[in-house]
Amino acid sequence: MSAPASLRSILFSPLLRQNPVTLQILGICSALAVTTSMETALTMSGALTVVLVMSAGLISVIRRHIPDSIRLIVQIVIVASLVIVIDQILQAYLFEISQRLSVFVSLITTNCLVLGRTESFSRHNPPLRSMVDALGNGLGYSLALTVIGSIRELFGAGSLLGWQVLPTVDQGGWFTPLNLMLLAPSAFFLLGGLVWAIRSVFPDQAEALEYLSPDDPEASQ
Amino acid sequence: MVDLNPITAWRRLLALPNESRAKTLAMAFLVALVCTLMVTGATVILRPIQAANRAAEQAARLEALISGVPGMSDLLLQDGGALSTVVVDLNRGAAADVTPATLAAALEDPAHWTELSAAQDLAGLGRRPNYAQVYFLRDASGDLSLVLLPVSGAGYNAPINAIVALRADMNTIAGLAITGQSETPGLGGRIEEPAWLGQFPGKQVSDASGVVRFAVAKGSAGSAHEVDGITGATRTSNAITHIMRFWLGPDGYGRLIDAIQRGEF
Repeated sequence: MSAPASLRSILFSPLLRQNPVTLQILGICSALAVTTSMETALTMSGALTVVLVMSAGLISVIRRHIPDSIRLIVQIVIVASLVIVIDQILQAYLFEISQRLSVFVSLITTNCLVLGRTESFSRHNPPLRSMVDALGNGLGYSLALTVIGSIRELFGAGSLLGWQVLPTVDQGGWFTPLNLMLLAPSAFFLLGGLVWAIRSVFPDQAEALEYLSPDDPEASQ
Repeated sequence: MVDLNPITAWRRLLALPNESRAKTLAMAFLVALVCTLMVTGATVILRPIQAANRAAEQAARLEALISGVPGMSDLLLQDGGALSTVVVDLNRGAAADVTPATLAAALEDPAHWTELSAAQDLAGLGRRPNYAQVYFLRDASGDLSLVLLPVSGAGYNAPINAIVALRADMNTIAGLAITGQSETPGLGGRIEEPAWLGQFPGKQVSDASGVVRFAVAKGSAGSAHEVDGITGATRTSNAITHIMRFWLGPDGYGRLIDAIQRGEF
């Protein structure tokens, strides 16, 4: 095995180079659902990051004692409990936003990103490294959600974080909101565009074609 | 001799191979126990704050509804203008011998619910409580000026809860406030927007023969009984139509409305 990566690279590589959403295409279910506005996207990102860091820490602490036969169950139980606790805290202190996030906070439990990190990283690494890795991935997820959320809110409602940036026709301005931006398909388009943009900047992220086109002379050589 | 020292027992447990049956069971139990304590603790500690949040939200919406009706906030400020809470018996259309404080307890008894047949059950409720807490706003001379009726029904994603404000003639809508919904944000969720709710004041509930005609139109409103539909949210728009028709109809507040129109309140 090569020398272990430094904490700094563990923290920063998931932001762009190893972004969980755009490279591994993990956790996109919630990325589609909660990005209709910046506010929900940020709250969701915060909740997911906290759950991710705490579950990574907990699982890493007991990693040497998790029996292999029940390891997935143990991980899911820990993640699910943390999610319920976070949901309760949101309902107590951020009531309005929790109303709008509704079921999606609970769905962090099934977010592939959380289980993916605990299963692939926290089970083999000490708590500090696991938590830094989880924080990095949480921030990477937050970054992707924030970008998609800001585009959707700006063009779907003409506002950012609730501030009216583009005056809409309803309010006497000139901007006709794109209703499509508030629907789930637009999140797919935007996510696709984001993945394409990032892979254009970092060509090494592009995956090899799974087949060769017979008409393409370059590929067949 | 059996070693009863808990510390050495704990060490021995940790030293067991991970795949042993005893350790698997012990780990499963311990993880479950810790998680249970965490979840229960959070729920119990935070419940009073959450309940206060919900109550505050309900009160704020009620207040917003009243202040949104022209002339009503002045009425509240006047001497004698008071908002009273009354529990009504929907089957009799009269005040019930249940107080707001004992309402929750009374509704725990299934005998105080009425099962709805499929034909009656416009709003997708299944059953309807026999008692409902409504609000009366009276002017200085003691006459009814506004009646607030809580309504609910199945929405597209989850139940929709709302409060309808009716003028004293019990046929003119004075306003609608949505108190709870989980409709699709940006589509059905727009039922919460002031611009949409702003169409309700002045709409007529029933026609001259007393049949409830209120509807959310498909597209633009075409009569005094209709409000504009929401594009892309047909199911939510229909849900609002059904909720209003059920609750303002004979199986909902119909008898109460008749009684108020007869001047019994």
